Amino acid sequence: LSETGSALASPLAALRGPGARPRQQPRLSLAGLSVLAEEPHGAAPVHFLQELPSCQSARRRRGGTQERRPALLGTARSRGDAARAETGELADRPAREHPKSMAEKRRIRDFQQADTEHLSRWKKWRRTSSKSLKKALSEVKGLSSYLVLWRHDIHSIEGKFGTGIQSYFSFLRFLVLLNFIIFILMFSFVTLPTIISQYGIFNSTIAYISPKNIDDICTIYKPSGNKGLVYFYTYLKDLLSGTGFLEVTSLFYGYYSIDAVWISVMSYNLPLAYLLATFAYLTLSSLWIIKRSVEGFKQNLVHDADPFQSYCNKVFAGWDFCITDPSAARLKHRSLQYELQTDLQEEKLKQKIAERKMGEKLRIYTLRIFINIIVIAILSGCFYSIYRVTVFSQENSSVNLLVQYLPSMVITLANFIGPLIFAFLIRFEDYTPAFEIKLTLLRCVFVRLANIGVLLFSLWSQIAGCGSDKCKPCGYNYKLYPCWESDVGQEMYKLMIFDFIVILAVALFADFPRKLLVTHCSWKLVQWFGHKEFEISDNVLEIIYGQTICWIGTFFSPLLPAIATIKYFIIFYVKKIVLIHTRKPAARPIRASSSNFFFLVVLLIGLLLAFIPLGFSIARIPSSKACGPFRNYNTSWEVIPDTILQFPTGLQQILFGIASEAFAVPFFVILCIIMFYVIALARAHKRVVEQLREQLVLVRSERESCVSCPLHHLAQPPLLFPSLPSQTHTWLPTLPSRPLFLLHLFWSCS
Amino acid sequence: MPSEQAGFFVKRKISHKIQLYNVYSSTYSLLRDQNTLLHGRYHEMAPNVVPMDYTKDPDVKLPMQLIINMPELKENPFKERIVESFSEDGEGSLSFNDFVDMFSVLSEMAPRELKAIYAFKIYDFNTDNFICKADLEKTLNKLTREELTAEEITLVCEKVIEEADMDGDGKLGFADFENMISKAPDFLRYYF
Repeated sequence: LSETGSALASPLAALRGPGARPRQQPRLSLAGLSVLAEEPHGAAPVHFLQELPSCQSARRRRGGTQERRPALLGTARSRGDAARAETGELADRPAREHPKSMAEKRRIRDFQQADTEHLSRWKKWRRTSSKSLKKALSEVKGLSSYLVLWRHDIHSIEGKFGTGIQSYFSFLRFLVLLNFIIFILMFSFVTLPTIISQYGIFNSTIAYISPKNIDDICTIYKPSGNKGLVYFYTYLKDLLSGTGFLEVTSLFYGYYSIDAVWISVMSYNLPLAYLLATFAYLTLSSLWIIKRSVEGFKQNLVHDADPFQSYCNKVFAGWDFCITDPSAARLKHRSLQYELQTDLQEEKLKQKIAERKMGEKLRIYTLRIFINIIVIAILSGCFYSIYRVTVFSQENSSVNLLVQYLPSMVITLANFIGPLIFAFLIRFEDYTPAFEIKLTLLRCVFVRLANIGVLLFSLWSQIAGCGSDKCKPCGYNYKLYPCWESDVGQEMYKLMIFDFIVILAVALFADFPRKLLVTHCSWKLVQWFGHKEFEISDNVLEIIYGQTICWIGTFFSPLLPAIATIKYFIIFYVKKIVLIHTRKPAARPIRASSSNFFFLVVLLIGLLLAFIPLGFSIARIPSSKACGPFRNYNTSWEVIPDTILQFPTGLQQILFGIASEAFAVPFFVILCIIMFYVIALARAHKRVVEQLREQLVLVRSERESCVSCPLHHLAQPPLLFPSLPSQTHTWLPTLPSRPLFLLHLFWSCS
Repeated sequence: MPSEQAGFFVKRKISHKIQLYNVYSSTYSLLRDQNTLLHGRYHEMAPNVVPMDYTKDPDVKLPMQLIINMPELKENPFKERIVESFSEDGEGSLSFNDFVDMFSVLSEMAPRELKAIYAFKIYDFNTDNFICKADLEKTLNKLTREELTAEEITLVCEKVIEEADMDGDGKLGFADFENMISKAPDFLRYYF
């Protein structure tokens, strides 16, 4: 065993006040061996975590703000050695990261500078260049934070209303950016080539391949492009419903009836590009959301794995140090008080539930089943009415605007009434408050997303509903829907516009008058109504609903993301103004750390739900033969097998091999094995953590009961760890603090 | 100037203004731009006492009363403890060095370990290097402005110690605290 030694200036030296001598600190060598005698006071045991074999320490070694060097070898018995070794260790960290007073930091800095004097020129240059690189990077990072959209607005909201509401606005900002990127994607790969070729820029020409083996009757498509003199209000009507002049623009699928674009000598396969751009934006969205939610997931996992952290988290990390506004501070005090009281109540409730007798349990379970049946009945009622209304609206679509907007109105009504009913019913189900909130939210999410699904389902039943030979020639109902993708696109467009109108209308006609009424009118009834609270979850579900529509609709209407971007952009300012002027913050604030993750999970659910209708349209329903880039294929998906068949044979075989069962089944099996391995690893870690926890208590109580025990430090197992100044009076000076090591070992394990 | 710096405590604004790098690389004859703002704030709290010129390294300390009236600290229930933890004499008077120190630790550039060390000092009201039940009770009272009943406070303190105390001594040492705070998802978010 080689004895390693060095001294580390104690970060907690300041705890004892100035003038304390920095103590010797045992170092963990890379071999992780040997114990060193140490003096009473210790340093915060942070640095040696680098040496522990865990992903946390690997990450810290790679990144982080602390520069790390391999442990210095050498003994440090004498003061002189200690000083030299101390400066060696000090040189590792920038002076500002030492938790000491300013004067001591300057002394450290001088040490570091003196230290560099005797280094070779190459090392000196390396050190200065790495320092200046770090400085430059941090400057760039600081500057780039200015480029973040709405930085100042969100900060001021955070300061005034807390982090819960701020998370809603950051979520909104994320959606604006996401939609903008999706728009750029679709525009540059689909719309731009079309426009370029239509106007003949860059010597581009369009290639139309006439459809073969298809009944002529399927290719008849005459969108009324508002020719001749029309009333002005028709333009407005068209703008709101996507028909008329809008139908023939690049907004909808029908415009892209092009098979290939020739730019100079290169050919651009538009159908393939259209399909691939669709897959690309779906993949991009899912990857981005997963990346954002991983952070919150890790915290949630730790939180759930160790459910005993909640009180500590609230007490020690509860106060938001950014608050400067007195009313925000009052709100925070109240919210912390409320949270702690709720937690205590939940404890009491859990105890009460555990003590329930059989009879009580039976009664409550039957009540819950009954209420769930009611909920299902309500949902079925909603779905059925949406179905009927959609069918009715599709059959009488040319009557007037109201009929066209009927599905949107019914959906909005259902989205509004549903949550109210659920919030009312859940009170009878006798759950703990936290679970109540979760269940109500889940039900609301389900209602909103399922409504879109039902709308699409009813549309498809119309399009592909072949009652009596209606779709024999073409595979779909060509009489009513010669270009069915444009129709679906129009429905999505109408949903989006209506959603936007409703949000604006609610802000204008419900929030502001309510505030005026409550402020100036002192009737009991009005005061009981009170100020509107900013319900974060409701607002978030609203924008997730809009985003799901956008994802589904972009395939049928490539410019829809641009409309979504503008819509969310305007909504940001509207909500901000409404918040500042009318709302009083919710009495039940959700903790930001968990709510961010919740929003992203629901968004991900929305995205996954969007995959289903899109997958169905692309792969199962025959594409319309009268319009669109997929006229010459049976379904939109067929572009890809067709393209693959044009590849060289070797590549073809590889691709077909990947898609075959011979590859998929072993791949799936391997994935399962990896998953089981990881789960087993996590369980093993957990068991180690438990054991270490018990050992910790055991060792400490052992120590306390045996003050006069001889020192066994050299015979101890070869593990090294520092102890703490705070433990001075409980630890013998020369004994390593095993509990501390255990503490940090299981910290790194978990 | 106050209105510009009204958001001083706001997360990112402070980050590139506190560049202690420059504090150390300067020869102290000229304060760098990044510290001018801090020095300006320090000076305006007591213009008659704080000199504009720090070349002679004057020994000027501002009392706690002035510091805790700063807009960034005014609403913080732990303001006295924060100032006390950073003052060299332990009584709460901050020299300019301590002042810069305080803002640098509370900025978002400071590493988590550093913040954890100072957070421990702040919550340790009786400075015995342990967070005992009495400290926890004081913390809770400050957090909730004494709105909780005595029974609730006792319950919460018991729960906190139960959750965080690893070595079973009934109070939180720094190791327990650091272990617990490393798992607290809101720590870095809220504690600047």
